[in-house]
Amino acid sequence: MTVNTWFAEKMGNHGIHSTYLEDHHPAHMPCLEIRLIDWSSAAQLARQLDMRFTALWAAEGGKHDEHLRYAYMVFAHPKHRHVMLRAALRENEPAVSSISEHFIAAMRMERVIQEMFAIEVSGIPDPRPWLKHEHWPADAHPLCGDFAADTVMPRCPGEYPFIKAEGSGVYEIPVGPVHAGIIEPGHFRFLAVGEHILNLEQRLGYTHKGIEKRLQGQQAEQAIHLASRASGDMTVAFGWAFARAVEAAAGVVIPARASALRAILCERERMANHIGDIGAICNDASFAFMHAQMQRLREDMARLHKQLFGHRLLMDLIKPGGVSVDLNAEQNLLLRQQTSALAIEVESLRSIYADHSGMQERVIGSGPVSLEEAISIGMTGYAGRASGIYVDERVEEAYPPYDRLNVRIPEGRDGDVATRVWVRFEEIAESARLIETLLGDLPDDDLCSAWQAPDAGVSGLACIESWRGEIVCWVRFGNQGRIDRCTLHDPSEVNWLGLELAVRHVPLPDFPLNNKSFNCSYSGNDL
Amino acid sequence: MSLSMTLWVLNLAQAALMVLAAPLLAGIIQKCKARLQNRRGAPILQPYRNLLKLFGKEALLAENASWIFRTTPYVLFTTTALAASVVPVFLVDLPSALIADVIAMAALLALARFWLALAGMDIGTAFGGMGASREMTFSAMAEPAMLMSMFVMSLGAHSTNLSTMVQHALHLDHLLPSVAFALAALLMVAIAENGRIPIDNPSTHLELTMIHEAMILEYSGRHLALIEWASQIKLLLFATLIISLFVPWGIAESPAIQPVLAALVFWFGKVVLLAVALAVLETGLAKIRLFQVPEYLSTAFVLAFLGMLVHYILEVGA
Repeated sequence: MTVNTWFAEKMGNHGIHSTYLEDHHPAHMPCLEIRLIDWSSAAQLARQLDMRFTALWAAEGGKHDEHLRYAYMVFAHPKHRHVMLRAALRENEPAVSSISEHFIAAMRMERVIQEMFAIEVSGIPDPRPWLKHEHWPADAHPLCGDFAADTVMPRCPGEYPFIKAEGSGVYEIPVGPVHAGIIEPGHFRFLAVGEHILNLEQRLGYTHKGIEKRLQGQQAEQAIHLASRASGDMTVAFGWAFARAVEAAAGVVIPARASALRAILCERERMANHIGDIGAICNDASFAFMHAQMQRLREDMARLHKQLFGHRLLMDLIKPGGVSVDLNAEQNLLLRQQTSALAIEVESLRSIYADHSGMQERVIGSGPVSLEEAISIGMTGYAGRASGIYVDERVEEAYPPYDRLNVRIPEGRDGDVATRVWVRFEEIAESARLIETLLGDLPDDDLCSAWQAPDAGVSGLACIESWRGEIVCWVRFGNQGRIDRCTLHDPSEVNWLGLELAVRHVPLPDFPLNNKSFNCSYSGNDL
Repeated sequence: MSLSMTLWVLNLAQAALMVLAAPLLAGIIQKCKARLQNRRGAPILQPYRNLLKLFGKEALLAENASWIFRTTPYVLFTTTALAASVVPVFLVDLPSALIADVIAMAALLALARFWLALAGMDIGTAFGGMGASREMTFSAMAEPAMLMSMFVMSLGAHSTNLSTMVQHALHLDHLLPSVAFALAALLMVAIAENGRIPIDNPSTHLELTMIHEAMILEYSGRHLALIEWASQIKLLLFATLIISLFVPWGIAESPAIQPVLAALVFWFGKVVLLAVALAVLETGLAKIRLFQVPEYLSTAFVLAFLGMLVHYILEVGA
C-alpha cells in the first residue's frame, strides 16, 4: 500500500519538518515524527484543515530508545484518513505544549499524560488531575516504566478542587459516584440556581483498572481478552480494534469470512445496545412500557448469542488473525430470522414511541448540542451524527467487510435528545440490514489466518466504529512478541464533553434523560 | 352496646382497615402495572413483605440528623392515619367526622408534609433540600385546588363535615354538573399529591427527577417503613375520599351487619377499579416536565373553581 503523504506535505508547506516512521503500519495511516517545538502548530494546522482530533497519549521509547518519552496525537480527515504525529520529549523534565486551544477534547487526555507519565503539559487551561484521584500519592505516575505494576499505593488524603460558583441562591448538587440505579460510578457536580443548571462538572476515574499497564508484556493472544474488556458493552468493538491494530503491525491479512463474522458480531452489539438504551431513555421519562419491551428484545438477543456463540455479551470471540466462532447454515438461518424479526418489532415499538405525545414532549428540544459546538469538541458516534457530524469509520475507513457494504448514515441536525434517539432507531434498522446482507453472502473460507507477532519496535494503529463511535487503538510490540505499549481510546472521552454542553439548557430533572441519550462509558474512559 | 359505642367501634375498625389495607392497594397497582407492561410482576402481597423487611432492619441515621429527622416518620404515620380515620369508608355516620371535618383532614395532610419537608432539609443533603423545595412549591398549588374541589361538594351539603357531605352525595337524585368539575379536579390533585405519573414517579431511582422520594432518600429501616406505609395510606385515603364523595352508592347508612358488609364489598370493588385505572394511566403516560407541573395544578384549581361557579349559576335555587 502506498504511503499517505498528504499531511506531511501540508506540514512541509507550513515549515513543519516531519519524518515518516517505517516501522509503523498501516501506511495509509502514517506515523510522522515532528519536532517538539512544532507540536502545537501541527495541531493548529490540523484544525485549519478541518481535521478532527481523535486521540492523544504518551509512551516510553521502544527497543532502541528506551530512555526517551514520546507524545502522540492522531488526527483524521474525512478524505485523507488518519495521521499520527509523534514528538520526542526532553529526557530531563519532559514537557509538551498543550493543544487544547485548538482541540478542547485533547485536554482531558493531556491531563492523563500529565499524571500518568509525569509529563508537564505547558499552557494547559486545566492542570488538575483527571483519572488519578487525589487520594493517590502525588509522585506516583503509574504508566512510567519504573513504576512496578504491583505497587500498593498508600491512601493520601486530598481534595479535588471543583469549580465553584458564588451568588445568592447558587447551590451545589453532588451526584454519585454511588448511584441508586445499577450504572457505572461517576460523580457529577451541578451548580444550580433553583432548577436551572449553571454548570455540570464531571469527575470520572472511579473505574481505574490499570488496563494499559497490565497489557504491557503480554502476548497479543492473551492481551486481547483484557483489551476487549476496556468497556464491557463494547467488547466486540474493542476486541476488533485491538485485533486490527496488531494485525496491521504484523501485516496479517484476515480471511474474508472472519471479517464478515466480526462485522456481524459488531452490528449485533450495536443493535443490542441501542435497543437497551432507547428503552432506558423512555424509562427515564417514566414511560416504563417501552423499557420493558426493549429489555425483552435485548434479552432475546443475549440468549441467542449464548446459544450460538457461547457468550451473552459476545466476549472473547475475536482473536488476532480472525475469529474463534463459526456459523453453520442452520445457525446462520436462526440469526437471520431473529435479526429481521427484531427489526420489525423495533419498528412497531418505534411508532408507539413516536406517537406518544408525552414522550415526544420530553425529548424534543431537550439538551441540544449545535453543530458548531459539536465540531469544536469533535463529537463522534450517534451523538455526533445527531448534531450534524456525519463521521463513520465504516464509511470513511471502510475496513473490511464494510468496503463491500454500503453503510447508510442517519443524518441528524437538531442535536437534541429526540434526534439522538432517532439516529439510534435508524442505526438499529441499518445494522439489521447489514447483518442480513452479510449473513446472506458469508464468504466461504477460513476463520483465522496464522498469527505471527511482528518484530520489536513495530507498531500498528486501528480505528473501529463501535456503537458509541470511533475507537482508536495503537499497539507497539517489544521483544518476543510481547506488547510494549498499547493504548485504547473510547469515543466517550470526547462525548462526555458533549453531555456537559447539552445540559446547560435543561432543568435539573431532565439531566438523567440527557445522560442516557449520550450514554457515555465510564469504564472505557478510565482504563 | 349503645349506638354511639357501636359507631365508635365501627369507626375504629374503619380506620384500622384503611391502615391495614393500604399496602394491598399498592400491591394491586404494582401488579396491574407489571401486567400492562407484559411483565409477571411481584406478588400482590409484596408491599407487606417489604414493610416487614424494613421493620426488621436497622435504622441508620445521618451524623447530623436532629430530633426532627427522627420524629418525622412517626408524625407522618400518625397524622396520615388520623386523616384516614375521618373519611367514611363503609359507614356514612361517623362520630370522628364531628371532631375533624374536611378542612381538618387537609390540615393533617399539610402537617405531615410540613414535617417531611423539614426532615428533608434537616440532614443537609442537596437532594433533601431539592425535594423539599419542589414539594412545598407544588403543594402550595395542590392544596387550594383540593380544598376548592371539596368546597364544591360542601356548598351543596351546606357543611364541611365529611359524613354530611357523603350523605348529601348519596341522596342526590340526579347528576350535578358542578360535581363533575369537582371530581375532575380532585382526581388531578390526587395524582399529584400522591406523587404518581405524570407528576412524580414513585419507582424511579433517578435522584434528580424525584419530588417525594428525594426527601426520604436518607431514611432506612423502621423509619422508611413508616414513611412508605404512610404514603400507601395516603393513596388509599384519596381513593376512598373520591369514592365516598362522588360514587358513594352502596355505602351503609346504618350500623347493621348486612349493609356494612355489603358496603365493604362495594368499597373494595371500587378501590380495585380505581387502582386499575391508575395503573392504566401510569402505563400510558410519561412524566411531564417539571415546569409544567404548576400548569397542571392550576388546571385542577380552575376546574374546581368552575365547579363552584357552575354550582351558583345552575344549581342554587333551581
